Amino acid sequence: MNGHMDKFLPRPTPESAPFWQGCQDHKLLLQYCTACDTHQFYPRTICATCMSDQLEWREASGRGTVESYTIVTRAVSDAYAADVPYVIALITLAEGPRMMSNVIGCDVESVKCGLAVEVVFERWSAEITMPKFRPFADQIAG
Amino acid sequence: MDSLRGKVAIVGAADTPVGKLPQFSPTGLCIDAARRVMADANITKDKIDGLITCNSMAEPYMYHAEAMAEYLQIFPRYCMSVGAGGSTTFSILHHAAAAIVSGMCTTVLITMADSLRSGLTRDQAMKMQSSAGHSQFEIPFGPTVPAFYALIARAHMDKYGTTAEQFAAIAVACRKHACLNPTAEMRTPITIDDVMNSRMIADPLHLLDCSLVSDGGSAIIMTSADRVADFPHDPVYILGVGEGHGHEHISQAQSLTTSFAVESGRRAFAMAGLKPSDMDFAQLYDCFTPTVLVELEDLGFCKIGEGGAFVENGNIELGGMLPVNTHGGLLSHCHPGNPGSMFALTETVTQLRGMAGARQVKGAEVAMVHGQGGIMSSHTSVILGRERH
Repeated sequence: MNGHMDKFLPRPTPESAPFWQGCQDHKLLLQYCTACDTHQFYPRTICATCMSDQLEWREASGRGTVESYTIVTRAVSDAYAADVPYVIALITLAEGPRMMSNVIGCDVESVKCGLAVEVVFERWSAEITMPKFRPFADQIAG
Repeated sequence: MDSLRGKVAIVGAADTPVGKLPQFSPTGLCIDAARRVMADANITKDKIDGLITCNSMAEPYMYHAEAMAEYLQIFPRYCMSVGAGGSTTFSILHHAAAAIVSGMCTTVLITMADSLRSGLTRDQAMKMQSSAGHSQFEIPFGPTVPAFYALIARAHMDKYGTTAEQFAAIAVACRKHACLNPTAEMRTPITIDDVMNSRMIADPLHLLDCSLVSDGGSAIIMTSADRVADFPHDPVYILGVGEGHGHEHISQAQSLTTSFAVESGRRAFAMAGLKPSDMDFAQLYDCFTPTVLVELEDLGFCKIGEGGAFVENGNIELGGMLPVNTHGGLLSHCHPGNPGSMFALTETVTQLRGMAGARQVKGAEVAMVHGQGGIMSSHTSVILGRERH
């Protein structure tokens, strides 16, 4: 855990706190609008599709697909230098929304657009656990 | 007001020196640009009744335009600072034109400068720029600004088969133009191999796919079309302008490969009553090479997905079908941050005055300038011409 304390730790807000608590509990939570049947990410006070406030938190499958990625060879700050080379990816979740994360647990050169991934959780501090992704296990086995 | 077309003109344009200028503060550069443009337009400061600036990252003020007015001891009736990243310059132009046409003021000074090279440490500059990411849902994962744009590049390669060599051709074209521009920072010719062999920064972007980090300032003066006879140089008219705002954070973009430059370009061309093939040259925001390629597609200079083929074989170089970034662009002329596009604007004025020397586009009559800010987020397109109609 010590290696993460100087990174840019997220600061939860009232609308995002349930998401970050979900990560602490190793659950990827998304907001779901019961008025228009749509998942959304990032967390908001309203549904950005229909402006309803009928939002509830639902646990996502944790699976997604890499839509794009890059391998960073020059870290953004010293706190990230030990991670170089690291993958920044945009991942389209099975439920629809897209999120940014890192793809870990594999050779960075093996990451491709279209790669199936699943969420894993990485504890950074007492309050913050980060949602990261690794190649989907069945895909590795198969 | 029905349209801004032909109602406003640029009657002054000037740049400060650019590059590494530790002897100047950002405020000093901003004021130097203002002094130079007043000389170019041959007016005294009391004639300026509108002032628009953008804030400096290296020397920020709470109310930047007011601070610059105070420093200059001018007392405008229209005073505003704008922040839209790389789109700032042309968003400001849009606001200034609207202010003149609606009678809020008659003569607007736009002056912008920053010192990203000398006023910030390298780490400060990287942190400042990567703060364009979302504080909770992007920045913690460690993206750099090149990484954000690499996501665009990779998505385009995956969807359309675009190659890293095609991105490199954009850097080569900008450098070729910079070699003809005595004020450009980088004036050694490069080849596609040089780009491909430069250090990888964020795959697939190499060092030479990335723009410079500079100090510098630039300014223009705008007034209504019926006042242009009061100024010494040929006026350059605003024929069309349009904006498009699609997102702030790249993870929220509707598309990674097609941006809201589609909207800004369509609006600008519609106002001007012109089409992409009418443009004699284009200055397209080039913070990274893929940005230019996507803009060429989105603005309609080629079909969506065909930007890679369009930039090959010198097509965007002087003498080619559409010369792009005739001064060298952010890639090879200079890039002091938000003011970066000002140099594309002053270059366009120089070209349309017919005063660009060795890099003059022969017979240039109309051109498009385009800025984008954030991560392909906010877009403003402007069409400028020698003739009012």
